[in-house]
Parts: sequence; structure tokens; C-alpha cells
Amino acid sequence: MTSSIVVEASRTPGVGAGSAGGRFIRHPWVGFVLRRLGGLVLSFVVLTVVTFLIVPLIPGDPAVIAAGDGASPAQVASVRAELGLDLPVLTQFVNYVSGVLRLDMGNSFVSGESVSTLIFTRFPFTAEIALLAIVLVLLLSVPLGMIVAILTRGGRNKWLDNIFNFLTSLIYSVPQYVVATLLVVVFAVTLRWFPAAGATTLSSLVLPTAALMLGPVCVISRIVRRETAVVLNKDYIRTARGWRLGALRTNLRYVLPNLVTTTLTLSGLILAAQLGGAVVIETVFAWPGLGQGIVNAILQRDYPVIRGIILILGLLATLIITMVDLILAIIDPRNLGGTSSDV
Amino acid sequence: MTSRFRSKEFWTPAMITGGGLLMALILIAIIAPSTMKQAAEQLTPHAALGPSAEHWLGTDDFGRDLLARALVATRLTLLMTAGAAAISVVSGVVIGLAIWLSGRRVREIALRILETAVAYPSLIFALVIAAVLEPGVSSAVIAIGIAGIPGFARITANLASAVSSSDYVVTARLLGVSPVRIAARHMLPNMAEPLLILSATVFALSLVEISALSFIGLGVQSPEYDFGRLLNDSLGALYTQPVEAVGPSVMIALTGLSVMLIGDALAAHADPRAKRSFFRRVLDRNRTVPLAESDTALVRVKNLRVSIPGRQELVKGVSFSINPGEVVALVGESGSGKSLTAMAVAGLPSEDLAVDADLLRVGDMNMLAAPDQSRLAKEISIVYQDPGTTFNPSLRMGSQLTEVLRTHLGMGRAEAREVIVNALASVNITQPAHRLRQHPHELSGGMRQRAMIAASIVTSPKLIVADEPTTALDVTVQAEVLRQFRRIHREQGTAMLFISHDLAVVEALCDTILVMKSGEIVERLTAAELAARKVTHSYTKALLAAIPTLELGSAPATSGAPTS
Repeated sequence: MTSSIVVEASRTPGVGAGSAGGRFIRHPWVGFVLRRLGGLVLSFVVLTVVTFLIVPLIPGDPAVIAAGDGASPAQVASVRAELGLDLPVLTQFVNYVSGVLRLDMGNSFVSGESVSTLIFTRFPFTAEIALLAIVLVLLLSVPLGMIVAILTRGGRNKWLDNIFNFLTSLIYSVPQYVVATLLVVVFAVTLRWFPAAGATTLSSLVLPTAALMLGPVCVISRIVRRETAVVLNKDYIRTARGWRLGALRTNLRYVLPNLVTTTLTLSGLILAAQLGGAVVIETVFAWPGLGQGIVNAILQRDYPVIRGIILILGLLATLIITMVDLILAIIDPRNLGGTSSDV
Repeated sequence: MTSRFRSKEFWTPAMITGGGLLMALILIAIIAPSTMKQAAEQLTPHAALGPSAEHWLGTDDFGRDLLARALVATRLTLLMTAGAAAISVVSGVVIGLAIWLSGRRVREIALRILETAVAYPSLIFALVIAAVLEPGVSSAVIAIGIAGIPGFARITANLASAVSSSDYVVTARLLGVSPVRIAARHMLPNMAEPLLILSATVFALSLVEISALSFIGLGVQSPEYDFGRLLNDSLGALYTQPVEAVGPSVMIALTGLSVMLIGDALAAHADPRAKRSFFRRVLDRNRTVPLAESDTALVRVKNLRVSIPGRQELVKGVSFSINPGEVVALVGESGSGKSLTAMAVAGLPSEDLAVDADLLRVGDMNMLAAPDQSRLAKEISIVYQDPGTTFNPSLRMGSQLTEVLRTHLGMGRAEAREVIVNALASVNITQPAHRLRQHPHELSGGMRQRAMIAASIVTSPKLIVADEPTTALDVTVQAEVLRQFRRIHREQGTAMLFISHDLAVVEALCDTILVMKSGEIVERLTAAELAARKVTHSYTKALLAAIPTLELGSAPATSGAPTS
């Protein structure tokens, strides 16, 4: 499930950098950027359609459901007008799309606040913990997985192998929100080291980020460990051994670079899933981000807000995945899809 | 499958723990609701009690026993999880197979769509569905079930395409068996094992996500409760009654852990590589060996044995020597032990093999010990079989080819590059300075192999070990590479240990030919004897008979490099 990005890229051969004929040499980055931009636009289109469909797909009369139990006919009618449900679906769609493009997603049914404003106030909070967690996860799990793989290569140090496997399975099998709850019980309620809720001080960041990271650190360090084991068996590692380069040089120059590509490709989805994690975690810490926003909106059937937040979360996920692709291409130009043929 | 469950290897500690845990949870799910419902749901005046002998985990604000609630919730949680996982797995397999069965164009588009769908966090996907449907048990199951479909469908489609290229499927297709029948009769059974392992993962994920939905209040609604709902209830009482979080936390963790252990154990069972065991090689303590004055050989090997510890001897007591400037060939079919012998001589045996000998020396370096690394790097150069995999794909050629010069000869970057540029030019590589800035994949196979040869001579080694250096190359490129070996030998007089399975290749290059079979040397020939076909062993005769008549010496001289 991993190399799809690479495979897709290599399917479209660009013109090799060394090709002659001085006129117009297509730089491999041009194709890469165009494809990624195309992907972004496509995702945006799909997300717009999906978020639009949320309302028409509500079983029964969307206006009645959206207005909530015990709403008066007048309230239902106002909701109907607000959502434009009295118009033909196609007109509704056109209105929705033009609204999205003007960053006007309507107003919240509950607070009357504009959805765009609401998103702009909540967005930084979610981005803060999600991005911090992603960076920390990568910084921790790559060295951890590599060291464990090197120490346990070829069946050495079985005890370390077993402890690593046991601990990572155990922690990973505890969902983030359970970890979060337990962290609050231990560090906020019992030890009182960090605040349990809110986003007031810098130390408020510690527990949510920790809760988000722990699981992914376990999965990704397992991935890194497995990939390291694969790389250690490669011929070019034997070449480096044949050149008697020493452990440090071999691991830093011959193992690490070849690890980063597969690890990032595999981890891209896990990192994007941090957004989903953040949504849930925010409930535990009363974190005023998009997650809390959408949960409240769904419970209150605040459809304009639901649409807006789903749209922005989807775009964020696309952005994270595109960024991973970009980093991959910078690290290893073969991912650009501009490779020369291998004779 | 049934015999597998009886085998000892199947019941690893992980499998026993995971299986036992899951059985216990299922038992709880069956028994708890009928026996503990009263304690779990009856409102009593004993509200918000701490843990006691009567209420192990205390009671909640309504005086309900928290342990009983956690246990009773097991049934609903497991049923919901199983339902969602079933939706993901069944629809995923059907869609995945349908994609594989459809035409090429549809398949490519469908795979792209799945690709995009999989990239989105499934929880956000589930939120969309939860937003459309009213929160509740069935909408949670449907939301999580549907959110899991794309991932499983893609994995099924990928597995199907892998299985569909196997011989029996190709045969069945040629015989005109209908695609649907092939999928049902031939492919599904062969995909069953990986799909089963992945189903365990899907189950674990569904558990986490369904509980997540309930936890944030969008899944199971009061008065019903599952683990997620209970955990959500505990949030409000975290300060007054922190123990309330323990029950559902532990139950979610245990359920997830049991399924994950089972999945891991199944995966480990399916992948026998994981079972390889390590042994610590006992190294000779003396890094050098004293040389007898009469012993002028550069390499001396006496009674060399290479084995998989405790299992099988692969090289069974081989003895030979290489004089300075002599080119010795080790010839034999794959599995004859020739490469193992060569790598033992080069001091690079695979780490899971045991190497032992009465004597194994190169110069005065004791190859059974750990000789000085710099001496090893300078005095023994190695050229490998497949130039496509011997270079690090993520480093430029320049930094790799100059490694030994910089690490062991203390040269600066510029000086080392100059030496390598000259060496590359000497093996007929065009634009040598430009090549150093390229990555390995930008060079052709023949070019890479000649670059490897160039790197192998810059230290003026005493011995070059070449392990099937021409096998992975085209015939014309082979001739050019062989010519380089002969030129090096002619100009520098370097001794070589040349491994090949092809007598024709070694005939033109080597002074002495050792024929190996099943880990033993069965015949020793001089080049003249081989040229005159004076061979005695039937195995050598068979090898000779396999040579197509090809005169290597008269291969047309190609100037410059084959272009990529």
C-alpha cells in the first residue's frame, strides 16, 4: 500500500536531465508540481461536492431534521430558506460552490457567527497540536526504530526485540483518547504538573501533544525498524561493509537516507490521520479547535458549520499528504518521476 | 488450515495471550449482560463511592456499579465492532475483486479514486456520515464500516493483482475459465491468509474508531452504553472520581491488544523470515598469522567450512591458494558454495553463517579474526554480482566511489575525486567528472559495473574478489567488463579470485580453475588443461557441454560506453 506514490510518479517518464538538444528541456520538477497542483484541485472539487451532499443526503426532510425536534413550522421554513432547500438541487450546488469560492459559507444556526470567522478562530489551535505532534513523532520514531533494528539485526538481542514489540503493541493498542484520559488522570489530576483543560498557557500544549504522539511513535518506529531491517539486507550495505566504512558512517550515509523515503511514504497517511486524532483529543482537553467545533456542530445539527469544518479538515489532510510528497521528492529525486531508463 | 492450528509453531506466546484474552472478552460479552445488568443499570442511593470490596471500581453518580457497567458494555462494543469490521471487510473484498475483474481503464480510475479516499483520515470520513445520519448505534456501525471500505478494497485489489500473475491463475485463464470463477476458486483461497491478518487489523481499528465516535458523543446515546460512552461519562467526573476512567480504558486497551497480538502472531507465522536466529561468531584472537618462509602464496585457505549453525554445512572443507598475480576462478552452479567461499576469503561472510578453517589468510591478515579495517579496505577489493543493487541509490556516485580513498587513505574530497576521475577514464567511462555528480540510477548497468571496477583498483589492492561480476550484464557489456579485468591484471598484476558459473567466461581470464559442487572442490584445472578440454570429472564435463561456442577473445572492440 506504500509505494503507490512512487509507482505513479515513475509511470510518467519525464525527459532526463542529461538529454541533449538545447531547446526546451522539461525540468522534472515542472511535471511534479503540475501533478501535485492537479491533485490539490481535484481534492478540493471532491471535498466541495461531498460537503455539499451532506445536507441533501439527510434521510427525510433535511429542513425538519436540521431545525431539530419540536421546531415550529416557521422555524423549519426559516431553516429551509437559510439552507436554500426550497431551490432545485443544482441551483443549491451552484450557490454553495460560489459561496465556498468567496469564503462565504453562511452563518452558524446556533451562534449566528459567520462560518469563515469561526473556522479562522478555531483553525490555529488544531494546526498547533497536530503539526507539533507530527514533527515530534518523526524526530522520535526514526532514531528509535533504527537503533532497535541495528541492535536486533539478524536475531541478536532477542530480549530487546521482545520488549520493543511488547511495549509498542501495548501502547499502540491503547487509543489516543484513552491515553489522553489517563494522562489527565495522572499528570493533571493527581500530580498537577500540567493543566487538564483549555489552551491558556504553553504548558497546556504538553498533554494534548503527548496524547497525540504516543501511538504514532509506536507504529512509525515499528515501520522504521522493519524498513531498517530490509535496508540492512541490501547489497549496497554489503558494499559499504566491503569498503570497511565502520558502523556510524554506514548507518548514517547508507542506511538512513534509504530509510527516509519508505518511512515517509508509509507514514504520510498516519500523519494525516493525526487530524482525526486531534478532533477526538480536543474533547478531552476542552481544546478550542476544529474538532470540538465539529462535534458541537454535529450534535446541534449546525449544518453550515459542519460543512465548513469538514471542508477545511479535508483540505488540511490533502496539504499534509502533498507536503510529505514534496519532502520525498526533495530527499530523493527519483520520486519526481524524471528518471532516466535503467539499462 | 486445520493442521496449522494443531502445529506447535502456531501457538506462540503472543497467539496464546491474544487468543486467551479474546476468548475471555467474548465470554464476558455473553455472560455479563444477563448476570450483571441489575448492578450495572439499577439506580441506587450509593452514589459516587470509591473502590471497595463490594464495588471494585466504585459507583457512578447514580449509584451504579462501574465494574459491572464496563463488563456489560463489552457485548454492545464487540457486536458493533464486529458489525463495522464485517461491513469494511466484505464490501472491501467485493469491491476490490470487482476492480480487478473490470477492464484496464476502469481499474486504473477506480484505483486512483481508492488512493485518494484512503488518504483521508477515516475518522473525518465517519464524521461526514455521522453528520448525515442521526447519532446512534446503527449509524456509528455504518459510519465506521463504510469509512473502512476504501482501505480494504485497495489492499484486496493489490493482492488480487499480485496473485493473478501467478502461474496457476495464468494457466486457468488460458484454459478459458471465467474470471469470476477464477476469482472465487483460485484467487480468494490464496489471498485468504493475508486478508485474515488484515481483518484483525480492521477489527482493531473499528474498535478504536467506534469507541472514539461514542467517546465524542456521536455514537451510542444514553441510556445505551459501550466502552466509548462510559469513558465519555467518566470525563465529567475526572476530578472527583478519576477511577471511573479505569474500567472502560482497560477494557478498550485489552480488546485492542488481544486482536493486535493475534494479528501479529498470524503475520509472523506467515513470514518465516522472522524466525531466523542469530549466533555470535567466535573470532580467532590473532589478527595476523606468522608466515612460513617457504609459503609465498598471497592467499591460503586450508579446510574452510561455512555452515548455518546447527543446521547444514554449505562449504565442506575447501583448500586452495592464490599466488601473487595469479587469477583463480571458482566455478560451479548456484548453491555450489563458490560465493560463500569467496566472501569468507574477503572477510564478508553473511552474518548468520559460521565460518571455520584450519587456516584462512590473505597476506598475513587472519581472516578468521577481525583484521585492521583500513588494511582490509586497501588490500582486498570486491566487485559484486549485480551492479543495479550494489550502489546506494540515494548518494551520488562521486561520494560513494571516493569513500575508501577518503576514509582509509585520508585523501581530501578534491584529491579523491581526481583519482577516481582518472580511474573512471581508464575503464572507458565517458564524461567521468559528470558521472560523479549523477545518482546510480542515471548510469547503465555496464557503466556502474565498470565504475565499481574503477573504485576497486584505486587503492592498488593485492587481491580483487569478483563475485560473478558479469552475470547480470548483457553479453556485449560482459565482454567489455571482462576486458577491463584482463587489462588490470596485465597492467597491475593484481591477484584475483573470480567467481562464475560460466566456464566460457573464466577460460580467457584465469590461470587456475577450481570447479565446485555441493560445497566441495571436485576438480582443479590449469587454463591450458581447460583449453585442451582435458577434464576428468563428469560434473566439469557437464558444465563444458553447457557452453555455447563463443570466442570471447575476438569480441569486437567497442569504443566508449554503451549509452543508457
